[in-house]
Amino acid sequence: MTMPDSIEELYREEVMDHYQNPRNFGKMANANASYHDYNPVCGDEVEVQLKIENSILKEAMFTGKGCAISQAAASMLTEEVKGKALKSAVAMTKDDMLKIIRINPGPVRIKCALLALRALQKGIVQYEATKIGMAK
Amino acid sequence: MTLNIRKIREDFPILKRKVYGKPLAYLDNAATTQKPRQVIQAMSDYYENYNSNVHRAVHKLSQEATQAYDDAHEKVAEFTGAEGIEEIAFTKNTTESINIVANSLSGKLKKGDEIVLTQMEHHSNIVPWQQAAKRTGAKLRYAEITGSGELNMQQLQSIISKKTKVVAFTHVSNVLGTVNPAKEIIAAAKEVGAITVLDAAQSVPHMPVNVKGLGCDFMAFSSHKMLGPPGIGVLYGKEDMLEKTEPLLFGGDMISEVSFQDASWNELPWKFEAGTPNMAGAVGLAAAVDYLQKIGMENIHEHEKMLTARAMKKLAQVDELTIYGPEAAKRGGLVAFNIRGVHTHDVSALLDAQGIAVRGGHHCAMPLARLLGIAGTTRASFYLYNTPEEVDKLAEALEMVTKKMKIATIRK
Repeated sequence: MTMPDSIEELYREEVMDHYQNPRNFGKMANANASYHDYNPVCGDEVEVQLKIENSILKEAMFTGKGCAISQAAASMLTEEVKGKALKSAVAMTKDDMLKIIRINPGPVRIKCALLALRALQKGIVQYEATKIGMAK
Repeated sequence: MTLNIRKIREDFPILKRKVYGKPLAYLDNAATTQKPRQVIQAMSDYYENYNSNVHRAVHKLSQEATQAYDDAHEKVAEFTGAEGIEEIAFTKNTTESINIVANSLSGKLKKGDEIVLTQMEHHSNIVPWQQAAKRTGAKLRYAEITGSGELNMQQLQSIISKKTKVVAFTHVSNVLGTVNPAKEIIAAAKEVGAITVLDAAQSVPHMPVNVKGLGCDFMAFSSHKMLGPPGIGVLYGKEDMLEKTEPLLFGGDMISEVSFQDASWNELPWKFEAGTPNMAGAVGLAAAVDYLQKIGMENIHEHEKMLTARAMKKLAQVDELTIYGPEAAKRGGLVAFNIRGVHTHDVSALLDAQGIAVRGGHHCAMPLARLLGIAGTTRASFYLYNTPEEVDKLAEALEMVTKKMKIATIRK
């Protein structure tokens, strides 16, 4: 991982906008999957809530607290994944996430940028595991 | 005596570098310190001229390396007021030093015994004792902190009893900055015959510390926080205490006699230094001690007190900023704070953009952060090479952070 180009880039306007006015922020009443994840080093928290239908992410919302990067990333991610097939959401990589937020967070804060994606993917994996369990 | 900071800064090549085109203000000294040319040169000199394993071969290089390695123990003994090298074992760091003591005491503690710690400990002075408690059934008890971030001495006295077998505490808190009344605590522990362990990671680098004056049984500190290289630390122990302490690592150089079935330990301090030690590290540490002694620990302490008082005064004027810990007169050279509604990593990143290096997070004291009801703090920590101008720059940059993040502050 390369170093961030500049702090101005890290805190660019769009990121700050998502931090200060997060999209899809709040608890979802009819969620059928959720996952709470936490970054022990910085104390960032994100809980992703999902509405899944026919293996498609119909809705995605989040709650959380933490640094601007972690919260803005969650906001941007929930916008991005709506309507996505579960399979492709699970297949999203670090680079995909960085393309969404369009910043290079550097080696230390990459964990902040990836927190929401990890929570989303763990939520989906857990949802599918439960579904298989129920089918049995 | 006021320090000649300009001259001191000349000795630290890294302080000349720029960060994002701005001069570096390195205010993360509680995490690790920068190295003067004298330390860097002593270590390259070791590698270029007499690198060799110690205590083994009889060739010239090994003789020189052994001499330098043993002399480093001698120098640290003198620096801390220890009787001699028997009382100074080199370890990896403060953490390993504390682990040696806690591990050895695991063999002696029993159910019903109590270990007294404080609420302001670094993880390195909590987790080893938790393990010792789990293994033996001993109980952990915590000295509480007051609203101003000092130890509640009355409560501390009240939990020290005949059951207390160990009192382990930090000399200077790495979060609150509090300088604890070590002598008083050690005296209270001694009254009940408890063993005392002093975490001096944040005190030995910054102020005069004399083990005989304090009377502690054990003391731990790290080289990298006092201008020396990382990977080498110190365990001080009174000679009779170290005699009774079991090593944590077993192997070469720590033995006296080995048969296929058994072994006996080498004399002090070598029984704690199993395997090939960090020779260059020891040489670097000795050079760091030389450097600090030349400047004078009392002078360094005074300089940091001046910077801390200035920082507390200036930071108190920043909107929405809370400082944790006691007043300037009662602390070491660090100030931890929060700006309401702004995460410490955002504060640190925005300060970084101004070339100011600080640390954000829980500073390896998670229970303390939880007690204060916060996820973490941003911490500025000073050393002998920091200037009043850097403190002013920090205060100005924090004003900018508050402005930039203001909308977020209002939302939360």
